[in-house]
Amino acid sequence: MIRTPLRPLARILDARRRGENPDAIERENLRIRHEQMRDKARSRAEGRLLMMAVMFFCAFGVIGARMGTLAASEPEEPRAQATGASIIASRADIVDRKGRIMATNMETYSLYAHPQQMIDPIRTAQELVKIFPELSEERLRKDFTGKRKFMWVRKKLSPEQKQKVHDIGEPGLLFGPREMRLYPNGALAAHILGGASFGREGVHSAEVIGTAGVEKFFDAELRDPAREGAPLELSLDLTIQAAAERVLLGGMKLLNAKGAASVLMDVHTGEVISIASLPDFDPNDRPRPLTEGEAADSPLFNRAVQGVYELGSTFKIFASAQALELGLVHPETVIDTSGPLSVGGFKIGEFAGKNYGPLSVSDIIVKSSNRGTGRLALAIGATKQQEFLKALGFFEPTPLEIVEAQGGKPLLPSRWTDLSSVTISYGHGLSSSPLHLAAGYAAIANGGYKVEPTLLKQDGPRLGPRLMSEKTARQSLDMLRKVVTKGTASFGEVPGYSVGGKTGTADKPKARGGGYYKDKVINTFASVFPTDNPKYVLIVTLDEPVETSGTKPRRTAGWTAVPVAAEMIRRVAPLLGLRPEVETRHLTGIINTSN
Amino acid sequence: MRSLLYVLMFLTVIGAAFWAYHENYKTQAALGDAQAVRAEIRDARARLAVLRAEWAYLNRPDRLRDLAEINFDRLGLMPLEPEQFGRVDQISYPQPPELPISEPVEISSAGAQEP
Repeated sequence: MIRTPLRPLARILDARRRGENPDAIERENLRIRHEQMRDKARSRAEGRLLMMAVMFFCAFGVIGARMGTLAASEPEEPRAQATGASIIASRADIVDRKGRIMATNMETYSLYAHPQQMIDPIRTAQELVKIFPELSEERLRKDFTGKRKFMWVRKKLSPEQKQKVHDIGEPGLLFGPREMRLYPNGALAAHILGGASFGREGVHSAEVIGTAGVEKFFDAELRDPAREGAPLELSLDLTIQAAAERVLLGGMKLLNAKGAASVLMDVHTGEVISIASLPDFDPNDRPRPLTEGEAADSPLFNRAVQGVYELGSTFKIFASAQALELGLVHPETVIDTSGPLSVGGFKIGEFAGKNYGPLSVSDIIVKSSNRGTGRLALAIGATKQQEFLKALGFFEPTPLEIVEAQGGKPLLPSRWTDLSSVTISYGHGLSSSPLHLAAGYAAIANGGYKVEPTLLKQDGPRLGPRLMSEKTARQSLDMLRKVVTKGTASFGEVPGYSVGGKTGTADKPKARGGGYYKDKVINTFASVFPTDNPKYVLIVTLDEPVETSGTKPRRTAGWTAVPVAAEMIRRVAPLLGLRPEVETRHLTGIINTSN
Repeated sequence: MRSLLYVLMFLTVIGAAFWAYHENYKTQAALGDAQAVRAEIRDARARLAVLRAEWAYLNRPDRLRDLAEINFDRLGLMPLEPEQFGRVDQISYPQPPELPISEPVEISSAGAQEP
């Protein structure tokens, strides 16, 4: 590069000759040079900026393009995955306490249609109706030839149906994979399992959501992928549930009952081993809830948990247990049960107008005297009685893990008068579910501890706070045993299992209020077995039973619920692994005396 | 000297490139295998689920009860009853076989006298 000198000699000499200041030339040249330098620096800076801009543009362009492709592409599992365990996205199974499947999933297909791709919509409609008679041909034809671009035809297909649809050969009929909930045991434990249906549906998959029972209660847990497919273990035992439902159904048919319920519960852990409510339904094809009439008439209604009934004389044991606990009486204290007893202007009568006269507390339970327990309740007092029943759990819905349990809220008197106190002592005026009763009896059977019923398998006893002393519990159990050996529940004797229990016969209140029906009853038998070392409580409730073998129809629990419960214990106890204890009758001692 | 260095460098680059391609293809193959295995596991799992469901369906108590009733004359199956419990000492075990007597000694009490 040739640098222009600041003071070119020729121009300087020329300027000197003309008498001008040569410095002006230098300044002029310096100015020109500075301008040139400035222009050069600017163009370089501009070039650099441009370069930077291009680079930034490219970088952001690459990022933007990548984001665009990521957003537009189908999601895909990364091919290189460090962990071996793949995500099991399907809903977890439900199994019984021995691991037998109660609910599982099955892969199936749904059928949908793209009418605009159809070649022969009329024939397709005809063929589809041949395969699925419940579809309307008219409707299909209208949909296939109309403006719709997409429509569901069926949500679930069996493999045979899928093949038949395939054989139609219509390109406008398409299949989408579906995961379907299957209850392999049919109606068994239907009220507990509830049912499932599809939530949000897409072509490629659909959400399976629980609609009732444990399926709904544990919906989030069952769907949680973090479970990795670990099944939900229930406390139910499939075999025992089947045997119990079988016996209950037989009893319900024989005794012409409208409905029936049974609860079998472990008294130490609170595990519900079997819980049945009849009539039942198939959870694979869950019926719709009734839109009119009484909800209790629907097979969906769970009598054992949702149904609140006045459970009658089965409550008497609570009054006597509390009186024993408070030290007011002991089992042999004699109480006068002869009439009249009138409380709040209301006369308390006995069953069939009997009069038992003076009875010991133990005999009040054995003979089921209303006036006897009424007097005990008056001695206890309303406040203490409320506290005791509240502690036993009769004031709140049971904490069972099905959504319907919240619906089983006990009906309590609005004002707890002395009259309520007396009627509640023999089981009228307070409605509760059979499961409440099971929990109450479990507290007596396990030696006086509160226990909450649960549907989940437990590792060990779950005893709550103590509600009564060991001694009270023992004395109450002895009374319950006597009810079976020489009282109202004589049909309840099962050789070898030392059953104890209390019968209850309650008139059904009229639905619209205004007293009770004369010929409609709820019969209950609350039992504990074996009484010398109680392990289980069993509640059997029959709705409107009638025993017709005699000359007069019999409607007391001793004739209806008790034989059913006895048969159930006979069938179920061996399955529970209980060995019958043969009660050897002690022979009259032969004493060696001198001769 | 310098040209030798250039040649060596060139060869190293070629070698590294070859190694890199080789590793790349090996990785691709391993990923392909892993994917195939995973697909196999998925299929096996689906098959297992179907088999388990079928097992549960075939073993449902209703069906077993009906089968027991249909085949009652052949199998004679009854529900478990309390009477069927027993104790070990109630079982009559077969008697142990008697030891063979190889050299019998005949004795007779005839003529014996009471002490």
